[in-house]
Amino acid sequence: MTDIADTVNVERVVHGPDRPGTPALEARNLTKHFKVHGGLGRGAGVVHAVEDISLALPRGTVTAVVGESGSGKSTLARMLTQLISPTSGELLLDGEPVRGDAKSRRAYTSRVHLVLQDPFSSLNSVHTVRYHLERPLKLHAGRRLGREELERRVLDLLERVSLTPADNYIDKYPHELSGGQRQRVAIARGLAVEPEVLLADEPVSMLDVSIRLGVLNLLDELREREQLAILYVTHDIASARYLADSIVVMYAGEIVESGDAVRITDAPAHPYTQLLLSAAPDPERAEPPVLRGRGAPPSLVSPPSGCRFHPRCPFAMPVCAEQAPPTLQAPDAESARHVAACWLLDPEHTPTTSAEPDVPQTRHMPSPQRHEDPTDPA
Amino acid sequence: MSPVLRPRRRSGGSGSRPRWLRSPKVAAGSLILLFFVLLAVFGPMAAPHSPEWQASTLDNVPHPPSSQFWLGTDVQQHDLFSQLLAGGRDTLLIAFVGGLVATALSVVVGVSAGFLGGKADEVLSILTNIFLALPGLLILMVVMKMMPDGDTGNPLLIGAVIALSAWAWGARVLRAQTLALRNQDYVDSARVVGEGRVRIILFEILPNLLPILASSFIFTVIYGIGAYASLAWLGLINPTNASWGTMLNTAQQFSATTSGTWWWYGPPALCIAFVGIALALLNFGIDEIVNPRMRSTRRGLRSKGPRFQLGLTPVVRAEEGTRP
Repeated sequence: MTDIADTVNVERVVHGPDRPGTPALEARNLTKHFKVHGGLGRGAGVVHAVEDISLALPRGTVTAVVGESGSGKSTLARMLTQLISPTSGELLLDGEPVRGDAKSRRAYTSRVHLVLQDPFSSLNSVHTVRYHLERPLKLHAGRRLGREELERRVLDLLERVSLTPADNYIDKYPHELSGGQRQRVAIARGLAVEPEVLLADEPVSMLDVSIRLGVLNLLDELREREQLAILYVTHDIASARYLADSIVVMYAGEIVESGDAVRITDAPAHPYTQLLLSAAPDPERAEPPVLRGRGAPPSLVSPPSGCRFHPRCPFAMPVCAEQAPPTLQAPDAESARHVAACWLLDPEHTPTTSAEPDVPQTRHMPSPQRHEDPTDPA
Repeated sequence: MSPVLRPRRRSGGSGSRPRWLRSPKVAAGSLILLFFVLLAVFGPMAAPHSPEWQASTLDNVPHPPSSQFWLGTDVQQHDLFSQLLAGGRDTLLIAFVGGLVATALSVVVGVSAGFLGGKADEVLSILTNIFLALPGLLILMVVMKMMPDGDTGNPLLIGAVIALSAWAWGARVLRAQTLALRNQDYVDSARVVGEGRVRIILFEILPNLLPILASSFIFTVIYGIGAYASLAWLGLINPTNASWGTMLNTAQQFSATTSGTWWWYGPPALCIAFVGIALALLNFGIDEIVNPRMRSTRRGLRSKGPRFQLGLTPVVRAEEGTRP
């Protein structure tokens, strides 16, 4: 079995959009294990929340991280903002390793900002909009700002996130605003920091559909106009395709596939991505979707052996349960940046299955054989 | 532009002050408390006689209230009305000092334990639990017994001692609440923005603890009044200090309750009770005073008629595409 590991990619795979130059933020082999204290009669365990993720976020790009709940997306985003420290691995901001002392942390916060998912809890209900926006301005301006200048800048921020007339909003408390308005305030706070990297942890999932697009377009604008490196964490693969340059698919704490957003959504290489896509609502689809695989994400305290997706995978082979798959280039990829961690892509293993990504697989039991399907071109 | 779009400024509390007084409970509580605070400040000056003044040294029959002595006299012919007026100052001062010190202690211990976690939390929690397990009044009695007589008259010192037996509950409650608030998204957001630890505790967490803090302060003050009265009644406070508690103590020494001299023990007991009631009533209004959400809810509920609603209805704003 060792020969297989040797033939495949021994190099570290860095996910994320491929751009020349130093990425604004790079994560190297980030791993996070949470210790859980067992109750009476239960031993302590370890939650393998994020495993060995290398990710680069170049300027002027949007990288989407897609995955189910509990796949480690938010943990990844929080590690990237240093809200939680990784078990191992390192962060590079502009090519420089990030240090943990108080001063560098403060400097880090002026360059990397995180917008949280829930606008109902990410704003402190005892403070006004003005306070929320003044604080980052004061903290990161580098000099003392006069009262008038502060006010002018806050009003300007509110206008940039289309909370107009800004005068109406500046002295409001969070509870006087709607969810969408609050999320705009949260994003405006991010802009006040003037970061180079903006991490958005499911910024639209709590919002009304009618305002989601507005927030997505705002992120798009920030990428274009301010050349921000944006990480867009979501479970909605459709919005990822709409917004992102590159998509990273996470499953059970690992990256299973990454590459160009359009390519991933058009020709997913990993069975999990196919499952995600088949589950995404599509107004043009007449028949109910046939899900490729079922079940729930595995326990992260004792993740499945080999490929973590194999218990749910319709194409699972014996090797999948034994060995973790290497990250391999997808067959149709023109660029090296469409990769997936799946044994199906390994030439030595593909013959044992006949998986074709475009054939709906109705059986959800792991099965190496092809299912008899009338639409099957074979 | 229509008046709807006029920005509503909320400057300080100029407009908010009468609002929370609209609750009859809070209004009554504030009035009673104000009365007693004024009594504590000006009572000793307004009293017709000093607390030690004796109408006669020969007579040892307590006289009932009369036009000369409004609340009668005790066995030693002290003017009870003067004593009552003079006795409020120490009682309230000690109770408020006790409440302040205890609340400060409970914030320091409870919030640090909850926010820091780990070893610091363990040590502080053990400390809190020890003080919880100790019987407060007993400790007070032991401490007071050990003090020289002169010091038992010092209200600040007694207040601090009372606080020592009163902070632990507050600390426990605040620790639990801090634990819950520590992982709130807004705390994480503040960290991401670059706020320091102290700033987060003082400006993000503490304001959200204010309702608990205020009500725990009020209850500690009530406890302080009770504890001081008990200590005085038990004779642990220098009886030459005029206070409602020492009045009760002397009344008890001369078995006023059994001899039917109600004017002796009744007024100071009622004063203590009324201060307690006032504080308890005030506690009802705490949330509305400190919580901005409650403030505007009340305002919304109270204001009938469409005039005010107009300001809140974002009809005009909806055109800008920000649907509520």
